[in-house]
Amino acid sequence: MAVAPLVIDVAGINKQFGNKHVVKDLALQVRQGEIFGFLGPNGSGKTTSIRMLCGLLTPDSGRGTCLGLDVLTQSATIKRQVGYMTQKFSLWDDLTISENLDFVARMFGMKERKSTVTRALDGLGLSGRRDQLAGTLSGGWKQRLALAACLLHKPKLLLLDEPTAGVDPKARRDFWEEIHRLSAAGITVLVSTHYMDEAERCHRLGYIAYGTLLASGTAEEVVASQHLHTWQISGSGLQDLTERLRQLPGADLVASFGATLHISGKDGAKLKAGLEDFLRTTSLTMTAVPPSLEDAFIHMMQGSRDQFEG
Amino acid sequence: MGGFSFSRWLGILIKEFIQLRRDRLTFGMIVGIPIIQLLLFGFAINSDPKHLPAAIVMADPGPFARAYVAAMKNSEYFKIVGSVDEREADRLLDRSEVQFVVTFPVGFHRDLVRGKKPTLLVEADASDPMAVGGAISVLNHLGAEVFAADLPGLQRPAAEPMELRVHRRYNPESITAYNIVPGLLGVILTMTMILMTGLAMTRERERGTFENLLATPATPVEVMTGKIVPYILIGLIQVTLILLAARWVFGVPMLGNLFLLYGVVLLFICANLTLGITFSSIARNQLQAMQMTFFFFLPSMLLSGFMFPFRGMPDWAQFVGNVLPLTHFLILVRGILLKGNGLELMWGHTWPILLFMGTVLALGLGTFRRTLD
Repeated sequence: MAVAPLVIDVAGINKQFGNKHVVKDLALQVRQGEIFGFLGPNGSGKTTSIRMLCGLLTPDSGRGTCLGLDVLTQSATIKRQVGYMTQKFSLWDDLTISENLDFVARMFGMKERKSTVTRALDGLGLSGRRDQLAGTLSGGWKQRLALAACLLHKPKLLLLDEPTAGVDPKARRDFWEEIHRLSAAGITVLVSTHYMDEAERCHRLGYIAYGTLLASGTAEEVVASQHLHTWQISGSGLQDLTERLRQLPGADLVASFGATLHISGKDGAKLKAGLEDFLRTTSLTMTAVPPSLEDAFIHMMQGSRDQFEG
Repeated sequence: MGGFSFSRWLGILIKEFIQLRRDRLTFGMIVGIPIIQLLLFGFAINSDPKHLPAAIVMADPGPFARAYVAAMKNSEYFKIVGSVDEREADRLLDRSEVQFVVTFPVGFHRDLVRGKKPTLLVEADASDPMAVGGAISVLNHLGAEVFAADLPGLQRPAAEPMELRVHRRYNPESITAYNIVPGLLGVILTMTMILMTGLAMTRERERGTFENLLATPATPVEVMTGKIVPYILIGLIQVTLILLAARWVFGVPMLGNLFLLYGVVLLFICANLTLGITFSSIARNQLQAMQMTFFFFLPSMLLSGFMFPFRGMPDWAQFVGNVLPLTHFLILVRGILLKGNGLELMWGHTWPILLFMGTVLALGLGTFRRTLD
């Protein structure tokens, strides 16, 4: 199988706002047809990175291409071939659904505007409500409309900034099925998210914190890169023990997972010995489990924070 | 519990003060507006203006005429700008460079001595009736006061030694509407043009739709001009409505060329739109854009000569007024409508508007670039 060409290929991208260094030496490679998940805590530079990729912001330094076009000098051309969905609903509340689509089609200078808009409305299943004001739609419908709007001009690359924030699970599932359909059709998707289940639906992931890309690869690769050993503790009275478990030698991370606790550390042997010693006096049980993506992410976040603040 | 909780109430009070303090512009308005109003109403505005520029047409120079001119000066209502011929005097009035022209007729001296009551012609630019009222009433008494001592031959001291003929040019019946209605053109345009463009841009930013617009291939020039043109049309519609009402409801004379008027209106609209766009690129939200508009609108109303005679204001206020486009627009519009002025008399009040526009535009472009990145 031939390797798909790189759609995004940037390196050394930097952006500062005043004296705040928002994105540091970002290097990113995304192949055609791939769904690339962009993860990281709030304020980590995800939105800024996406804005630089679609030409809304100019990087202070760096080099690279997006769709084969130079990100520094050809942002105007890039804009025409990229569909960008903003974090907040940013279509016009006081225009109707069809007026919104028509406007976007005009902005992209589309030739067969009417038929494109009609097709998009049919695809959304909103033909009957085409004259409804966009502002009166529910969150899930707004999100679908926004996606349809940024697909109108048939972009080759989709940049989605937390598209499913505040959307119910059913709508989220439908949304992701649509994303996978688009990906199968050869459209490249870069999507930022906070949801672990969504991260696991991506082909590859990147994790960014404090402006620095800490890890990237498939979910398995990202988890493996952290070299974590995780045990699941179950039993009664867990809540009271959390603080004491945190003090155990080798325990880097303690997190609640429903009725159980996950305790993870880089030094597996040390943590295991400490845990066994600790649990001897209790009725709790411990099982070794493979570390989850969430364990890996939280571990990365803590690590980068320690580094950042230390 | 339903009772009044003092600590809860205090919490709301404190929160409100904290938010007020953070909102610099609102805070500025709370403090600034009263101060501006105090300064303007207290010092700048004067409904009995003095030191009005007057030109003298002297057909019969003589000691009596000189004494009369000196008395005019002493009354403090007049500032004598010099002696001119009749044609120049007309031009000065048309261009609003003087408020009065006083003509001493041939044989003034002789007739005065012989008790034949010469006629002193006073032409006043009465397009703003309020501006000339005080000065004319002073002139009425001046003759008797000046000449009583110097005319020993005057048999009837109670009578006026001469006849004062006052021509209230441009608005002979002193109808306030003639002055106010053309002025309203400018005031309404200032208000709506600045406010509407200011809101149009900040609304996009506030709702987050601006980002969407920028993500499309649309260029800043397309966005800016595309957003401005509808308001130019709205402005022209407003002007047409006001002009129709001026003509058919208030009977305001329209002596000048209407195309010229619309040309001036278009220039004025553009000046205000550039200011509105600049405000909107500085303001973070719609409220701030509105506050900025108000900050600009208040002095425009008071210092432009719309509500109060421009010449009644002290120099500093006239200086501020001269910066405002409305001041010059009012003179241009009244010139066209009431005086029938043509293009050749207008440059003097056109370039200040252009200068204002250019300066604001430069400022606006500077800030606009920054907000994009």
